[in-house]
Amino acid sequence: MKDSEENTTGVNAGLSDAVQLALEEAGGRGASSSEAAASLSQGLSVNVRKSEIETVEHTRDRNLVVSVYFGQRTGSASTSDYSPAAVKETVLAACNIAKWTEEDRCIGLADPERLAKDVMDLDLYHPWTPSVEEASSLALECEASALGADARIVNSEGASVDAHQGVEVYGNSLGFIGHTQKSRQGISCSVIAGVGDSMQRDYWYSSARRLGDLDTPLQVGDQAARRTLRRLGARRVPTCKVPVIYEAPVASSLLGHFISAISGGALYRKASFLLDHLDKKIFPEFVRIHEQPLIVGGMGSAAFDGEGVATSARDIVSDGILRGYVLGSYSARRLDMQTTGNAGGVHNLTIDAGDQNLEQMISGIDEGFLVTELIGFGINNVTGDYSRGAAGLWIENGEIAYPVEEVTVAGNLKDIFQNIAAIGNDVDPRRSTRCGSILVEGLTIAGD
Amino acid sequence: MTDPLNIANDILLSPSGLQLTDIDELMGRLAGNKIDYADIYFQHSRQEGWSLEDGKVKSGSRSTDQGVGLRAVSGEKTGFAYSDALNFSALEKAAEAARSISNHGGGISQISFEARTAPALYSTADPLTSLASEDKIKLLQLVEAEARASDPRVSQVMASLASVHDVVLVARSDGEMVADVRPLIRLNITVIAEQAGRREQGSYGGGGRYGYQWLFEEDRAKSFAREAVRQALVNLDAIDSPAGTMTVVLGSGWPGILLHEAIGHGLEGDFNRKGTSAFSGRVGERVASSVCTIVDDGTIPDRRGSLSVDDEGEASQNTVLIENGILKGYMQDSLNARLTGTHSTGNGRRESYAHLPMPRMTNTYMLAGQDDPAEILSSVDSGLYAVNFSGGQVDITSGKFVFSASEAYRIEKGKLGAPVKGATLIGNGPDVLTRVSMVGNDLALDSGIGTCGKDGQSVPVGVGQPTMRIDGLTVGGVEV
Repeated sequence: MKDSEENTTGVNAGLSDAVQLALEEAGGRGASSSEAAASLSQGLSVNVRKSEIETVEHTRDRNLVVSVYFGQRTGSASTSDYSPAAVKETVLAACNIAKWTEEDRCIGLADPERLAKDVMDLDLYHPWTPSVEEASSLALECEASALGADARIVNSEGASVDAHQGVEVYGNSLGFIGHTQKSRQGISCSVIAGVGDSMQRDYWYSSARRLGDLDTPLQVGDQAARRTLRRLGARRVPTCKVPVIYEAPVASSLLGHFISAISGGALYRKASFLLDHLDKKIFPEFVRIHEQPLIVGGMGSAAFDGEGVATSARDIVSDGILRGYVLGSYSARRLDMQTTGNAGGVHNLTIDAGDQNLEQMISGIDEGFLVTELIGFGINNVTGDYSRGAAGLWIENGEIAYPVEEVTVAGNLKDIFQNIAAIGNDVDPRRSTRCGSILVEGLTIAGD
Repeated sequence: MTDPLNIANDILLSPSGLQLTDIDELMGRLAGNKIDYADIYFQHSRQEGWSLEDGKVKSGSRSTDQGVGLRAVSGEKTGFAYSDALNFSALEKAAEAARSISNHGGGISQISFEARTAPALYSTADPLTSLASEDKIKLLQLVEAEARASDPRVSQVMASLASVHDVVLVARSDGEMVADVRPLIRLNITVIAEQAGRREQGSYGGGGRYGYQWLFEEDRAKSFAREAVRQALVNLDAIDSPAGTMTVVLGSGWPGILLHEAIGHGLEGDFNRKGTSAFSGRVGERVASSVCTIVDDGTIPDRRGSLSVDDEGEASQNTVLIENGILKGYMQDSLNARLTGTHSTGNGRRESYAHLPMPRMTNTYMLAGQDDPAEILSSVDSGLYAVNFSGGQVDITSGKFVFSASEAYRIEKGKLGAPVKGATLIGNGPDVLTRVSMVGNDLALDSGIGTCGKDGQSVPVGVGQPTMRIDGLTVGGVEV
């Protein structure tokens, strides 16, 4: 298994041509400005189940999105067809929409001085193009390690190996054109233990830009088995208020809710529970949350955002105080602020780790709940009210006591953020959000 | 011209210079020997969206997506490839890739197709052109004005209008060829109301397989706006929700999302063939109280979840899932039906040509019972009355499901009490319905807003139910 470098110049040129043609066509139709983004992603997914290949999927997706501006009016259109005729037709469709939309002073391209100038190579592209046999043998090895881990593992949803790579080109009529190439390889496994009413399922996966950075199939399979087995015999607990540890793989969801609440769209619509909280203390003093967009090889790295604006490292929260919002050009103008280079989202969001690992965090708790899985969408971004289904492990006297299921965890996100008591150093490396386990005091568990 | 096959031929094949005989040849390459089943799915999809905020329609978008998905099945193995280029050589390449699961070469078979037309459950007319652009803008402005006029506490109104015109053609290795032309529209309104510094949100919407005119009939668009405002205002007075297990009364209509999560997913054929569902191997067993009869019905005209034919060319059906509390059967696509020796129930669906079909729900609902909804409420000494929900999820293996209320009230001594803040309700699919003690005579279907996600694929669905009393469901509030 080794990375294979592939000549992508041809692909890049095809996407660039489509973007250039769209911008020219928009100009020719009288648009005062325009922008276009073209992408091509392709790959292979192989799923095996019970030691046999189940599905082999070859994927290849293209998309071109064009936005045109006539003064302060805009329209956009997209297509999967890159032929010159289809590109021109797409521009025309966008222009036709712009005839009908209403003027908005904030609409338009990013300010020219904010566009990225020297686009750094962030080393995000390590394509791997395995044969079906190569991918399936890794998946089979992974599933076998999970199925063989314990006699109580009786069934499987299978194991998958995925190899995907993509190219994106963004350009606008200010003369900016930027290319991004990214690859992502993955291996995952999901197995079932127990029978009838006592069946439990869990999974594990590894994901990386480079094949060499993936966990081995054995590690992934073994972890899937271990996580499934520890759920056997799960029971409910009485309704109570206890400290809750969000295990690292689910803890990043709390940061996701935080980012939604400080995103420009929610703020200018006054649809956020963190409205007017800039420069206010919303976390305990030890909390620092920051963006690191330029990490070489990072899962969430980007040299420029969805509008071509240069990204930069910055603190969003330091000493527990909210230092900045998450804005693109439009929402920034709505709020009389400056874009923060976040059109399309945040990049390598990081919450600084404390000095305890998960085991040490657990050992400090007399009675509490380690949440390992969350289900449902009970989050209200306007009020911060939070209520989700949860499964995990009960903690008694600093140790794991038994598995728990069919309960909810609930509170208000403003309180949850203030009541963070510890952040673990067990950072989950698979995600673009870099986050360890998080201990929160005083959540309500609803059960029996 | 309204025959789906003619429309499919004109939109999908002719512009790319493809002939019906090309499909014969492609199928020959895809379905050599060792292949039990193969299909080729052509799709052309056009969508538009318009959205309003701050009283202005500031953005609009159009998209066109077309392509062909080619699938070859051998035993439990599926090979799949797709192409967004509709030319013969690209499709030939995709056929080679898809059949790579069976590397035994084999002869090229010749198939001659028989075109079939299923009775259409909706119009083939293009919803995108069913209203002039100018009038789409006016519709959104009308909705905004109605919301603002309903109450001075309304501080924000966001509205969106969207439609899709989807043309599909399915050619199968058994010689069947079926086309379907599917319109879909949707209007959504979200309002934020403010009172003494407190902000709350309300949302409502609706749609189905119609042209935009439907929104003007029976005052629908305006009534959606008033309903969004009503929900926001109710929530301005909401107190913290209780936490713990209690009697829960669910309102009629959209709360049927309970059925979708608690039993619907668990009764999909793929999970049951693999034995990974909490309902596996339980056909004939009691999984609900005797007042519960639940169906999945894709045959209701014009509904969001309905299909004249599914994405494998099978006519939709009305499938009884649970009858008087007894589990009767599962929802099947062709693959899972073949592997379990049953028949497809017309539930083979896919998000697009770029996705593999699997068993999915259409419109899932509980039939009406005998009880007067008012009597159901007055029968409860202490509990929760939940009438609107924002979404749900299920773990099909453990059977645990959640769904989150967006409008709910306390019930005290048989009377409606204070509104409570949205709480997530959690239960166990195989036993929650055994605790249904009363079923209302007020069956209602939802207004046409449901989207179901499974394995990363989204499809439009419907739900429905009468008012229902459940003796014991866990309410995930904060008040201990």
